[in-house]
Amino acid sequence: MKSGSNLEKVLEAGHFAFTGELGPPRGTNAEEVRKKAQFLKGNVDSVNITDNQTAVVRMSSWAASLILISEGLEPNFQMVCRDRNRLAMQSDILGAYAHGIKNMLCLSGDHQKFGDHPQGLGVFDIDSMQLINMVKEMRDEGKFLGGADIEDPPKIFIGAASNPFAEPVDFRVHRLAKKIAAGADFIQTQCIYNMDRFRIFMKQAVDMGLTEKCYILAGVTPMKSVGMARYMANSVPGMDVPDSLIKRLKDAGKGKIAEEGIKFALEQIEEFKEMEGVAGVHLMAIEWEHKVPEIAERAGVLPRPTF
Amino acid sequence: MIVAKRKPFEEIKEMLKGYKKVLNVGCGTCVAVCLAGGEKEVDVLNIELDMAGKLDENPIELGAMTIERQCDREYLEALDPLVDDYDAILSMACGAGIQFLAERYPHKPIFPAVDTTFIGVNQGVGWYEERCRSCGSCVLGLTGGICPVTMCAKGLYNGPCGGTNKGSCEIDKDQPCAWYLIYERLSRQGRLDNILKFSPATDWQNQIPRTLIQPGYKKSEEV
Ligand code: SF4
Ligand code: SF4
Repeated sequence: MKSGSNLEKVLEAGHFAFTGELGPPRGTNAEEVRKKAQFLKGNVDSVNITDNQTAVVRMSSWAASLILISEGLEPNFQMVCRDRNRLAMQSDILGAYAHGIKNMLCLSGDHQKFGDHPQGLGVFDIDSMQLINMVKEMRDEGKFLGGADIEDPPKIFIGAASNPFAEPVDFRVHRLAKKIAAGADFIQTQCIYNMDRFRIFMKQAVDMGLTEKCYILAGVTPMKSVGMARYMANSVPGMDVPDSLIKRLKDAGKGKIAEEGIKFALEQIEEFKEMEGVAGVHLMAIEWEHKVPEIAERAGVLPRPTF
Repeated sequence: MIVAKRKPFEEIKEMLKGYKKVLNVGCGTCVAVCLAGGEKEVDVLNIELDMAGKLDENPIELGAMTIERQCDREYLEALDPLVDDYDAILSMACGAGIQFLAERYPHKPIFPAVDTTFIGVNQGVGWYEERCRSCGSCVLGLTGGICPVTMCAKGLYNGPCGGTNKGSCEIDKDQPCAWYLIYERLSRQGRLDNILKFSPATDWQNQIPRTLIQPGYKKSEEV
């Protein structure tokens, strides 16, 4: 065991993992975090806590992670490279681990231009690849990036993201390989809608032997409306939403679109359970946390394994 | 070259408030080429200032002098006999030139007439684009001659990120993704292995004021 986190145990034992996501509040209301956490408790193995997602200021990821721990859930502490330099990142990792955080997801982060402080300085002292490697060196070699020894190194289960859909598409599997070589133990992919493309990506990953070195969790976000599908298709960079899905949602008719979105997600999850190399699903039902119990139930992933 | 743009007229006027005699110093190198602060721009600005002064019934007496380079002591010397005749100096050089001027005449108030913008290239008349952030450890040999520090909005050394949008950067449809271009170029050259390798964290060289003495030279004694 690298970290002994619940997520690592689930994956090591060969179970099909099921992880969730929670966005911290734009304020100080811990109750809001607790309320969302209740929908996830017992239904997922670990909960990603986003880090100033879409470059909008929110309660810090590690702080919301601690609230989650106090509620008896396991957080997956997300860290982006946009907001901190290498010193701040490493000290946050030490502090987070000292408080019981065992999983991390290492990301570049959306550009600050998108958020509520577009005039801010983007730090990007190191990039996501270098962050993954830094956490690995901290854990396995007990060394800070600067080379000094760490007393009692943090034992983190290292996650990274992968987008199989963004251009240049042919390079994406190689970038995945690079992240794994840098130290990623598990991958959570971008929301998948183009299943054809994802099947090709997974086949490449399997053929390159990547799925033997790393657990890949397929990203799923149920569509709530046609508007959301269109927005994702047109306005979210790197997102691939086929027209056929938009049509399918439209055809479902008024009042039934959200249900159709969930049905599509459930079909995806069924396929992922069988797909070679897919070790689980990462369900990103942001601001739809109350739907997670129902989705988990209908996806047949309950009860979650306990150790 | 170093690219600059002239400051808004109102801002310049505001800085010069209260000064009666101002020497406007142009620079004949980068800022002249990019049409921001050469001889012609000095004349234009002086005409504007003169007119505004007259309109406001608060005339300024303006001098004009454009030297080859404000970042070079050799050329600054030519200003020595003039400076004492003026209350203030306006410089149209880049930030480096302006500072060198201020250093030479520490008793005189010095004001910038341009905003120094970037190190860039000439894409067409009056059209410039940034290309280099002078990071101090150039990786262009690895990245197919495309700078990831400058041209990638996140300055990634191991791109592309997941935001690449059909070849554009996530920040703007009109901004090409630098890493998409790097990939394309290296792929055409059969050199993709360059970016399959992990690039470790950068040793930033530009975090303190830098001094460079070329091999075989020393700091001159009389400074
Ligand atoms: S890598 Fe980019 S910023 Fe650095 S010296 Fe080369 S061109 Fe300039
Ligand atoms: S889309 Fe391309 S240029 Fe823009 S931040 Fe990502 S890698 Fe850099």
